[in-house]
Amino acid sequence: MKIGIPKALYYYYFFDKWQYFFEQLNIELVSTDTDKDIIRRGDKYASSEMCLSLKIFLGHVDYLKDKCDYILIPKIDNFGLNDQMCSNFGCLYDLVNNLFDIKILTYELNYLKRKNEKKGLIKIGIELGFDKKFLTKAYKITCLKYNKKLKQLVISNLNKLDSSNKKVLIVAHSYNIHDNYIGKIIVKNLEKYHIEVIYSDLFNDTNNLASYLSPNLYWKYSKENIGSIVLCKEKIDGIIFLSTFPCGLDSLVNELVMRKINKPYLNLIIDDLDAEAGIETRIESFVDIIGQD
Amino acid sequence: MANYYIPASYLLNKILDVEIIKSPLITAKTIELGNKYSPEFVCTPFKYTLGTMIESLDMGANVLVQFGGGCRYGYYSELQEQILKDLGYKFEMLNLITAGKANVKNIYKTIKKIDKKFNIFKGLYYLFITIKMIKYMDKVDDYIRQNIGFEIEKNSFNNLLKEMLAKFSQVNDPFSLSVLYYKYFKKFKRIKTNKPKDCLKVGVIGELYTLMEPFSNYYLEKQLASFNIQIKRFTNVDYLLFKHKKTINKALIKSKKYMKYKMSADASSNIYWAKYLGINKYDGIIHIKSSFCTPEIGIMPILDKVASNYNIPIIYFSFDANTSEVGMKTRLEAFYDMIEMRRK
Repeated sequence: MKIGIPKALYYYYFFDKWQYFFEQLNIELVSTDTDKDIIRRGDKYASSEMCLSLKIFLGHVDYLKDKCDYILIPKIDNFGLNDQMCSNFGCLYDLVNNLFDIKILTYELNYLKRKNEKKGLIKIGIELGFDKKFLTKAYKITCLKYNKKLKQLVISNLNKLDSSNKKVLIVAHSYNIHDNYIGKIIVKNLEKYHIEVIYSDLFNDTNNLASYLSPNLYWKYSKENIGSIVLCKEKIDGIIFLSTFPCGLDSLVNELVMRKINKPYLNLIIDDLDAEAGIETRIESFVDIIGQD
Repeated sequence: MANYYIPASYLLNKILDVEIIKSPLITAKTIELGNKYSPEFVCTPFKYTLGTMIESLDMGANVLVQFGGGCRYGYYSELQEQILKDLGYKFEMLNLITAGKANVKNIYKTIKKIDKKFNIFKGLYYLFITIKMIKYMDKVDDYIRQNIGFEIEKNSFNNLLKEMLAKFSQVNDPFSLSVLYYKYFKKFKRIKTNKPKDCLKVGVIGELYTLMEPFSNYYLEKQLASFNIQIKRFTNVDYLLFKHKKTINKALIKSKKYMKYKMSADASSNIYWAKYLGINKYDGIIHIKSSFCTPEIGIMPILDKVASNYNIPIIYFSFDANTSEVGMKTRLEAFYDMIEMRRK
């Protein structure tokens, strides 16, 4: 059996866990990298004002629709009262269900109503015909494996902070910075100038630090991004804010943070117009500002 | 927002011993001010409220009140405070609702801070009257919306409404408010109209701020009325304050085919209303929103599907500070021509 995971939005938060979990059920996960073809497919279905990340998501779904048996789309509402999600994550399931004619696996994440990940994954497992006891055990093993991997990622990200090169923190949602189309160009260009790239989403417990910059912020992943600025602002030479056009959360949060920090920063907004040369020039001038080694 | 400043200032006048500055009506200058200092792709209500805040601060206000909602509306106040402080204004910002949940204790504390002599029983009494007033106003508004396109004598509805609201703001007990309401509702019914039985009917749905602030949608309802169309609008303050949860639960049951999960802000209600308009054989749906309103953008493909299933035309308007009024009028006229031709 094959389950398709669109490589966009929630993929970057949950994929590792899902892989460990479905590996034990002998289920193969299918996904592909973003390229121009995916964006073209997404444009066909999306309405004009949707953000680029959501367009990419729809493109992935269109690509996957005849390559797998199910597509996994969770509905993510919140992780607690002050850890909410962008409203796009709430309508993904219904959007895909109405636009495409495919089988969808789904579960709801709503910690205010006690709907957590464990319950959701076990529910899916039972739908696919597995035993509950077996699933509970599988989930336990998944968590252990995942925590180990997360630790490694965080440590390697923290180690970069002590590097002797110039260091730049990229503040962006995981689904933008790790995306093949949006984030790759920027990381590639920075590495050309021997600059250490630090990711804002690969830290542990930066959630609580966000209140130093913005006490009322209530989006989980924005909080983590902003918290990382507080965590490593002494050690870095510059900050790049990366967002897609027109991201609802970033339009407010980044604007607020830019008014409060006193580091050199660059605000990059990516759309689907494919202006690679423009991005290169802007990064080049930003590198000049922070000083090249 | 429209006429709702009347109950709001009524309540504050009655319970607090402070001077209230009624913010000036939104004009082109307000939008220009707001647009100048706002981030690039924030939704339009942010720009409008920021412009209004700057104008009120210029008039001498030193306490600003901002509410919060389910989507990014809850985060407005913090950024607006920072922008205004960077501009050099000195004031206090009160945010009454955070993360979509009202904090009653917080509200009480802030009221106490503004006025030390505040009496909670008096406050609750007048709050009760205000809520009743809003409910009556919404009922009257609904009736007006259905009939204003067919009035024989021009402005007869609006003049009577103004008279009623002036009377409303002098009331002191709930009983006389009810008496006034029934008296005026009878008067409204007596206004002569030439409404045919099979008139054109259109439903207006969408994002709440753009729906309820007539300036931000270039008086769309007025224009629809000038085409002799009966208008149905669901969003009003009564819905936002008291019926929000109930409507969404109902929506999830009634339009199970189109949605499984509750969506943020008014998205799920809008799907339900679109279906309602389709079932009740309306002639068209008009969906209006401010630019970049994320919850509404997410459901637009679903609304398309509902509309095509029930064979009802739908048109989308997206309002920004730079939207041209003429362009919108032309599209609306074309839409009107189309639904009229469909009838024949």
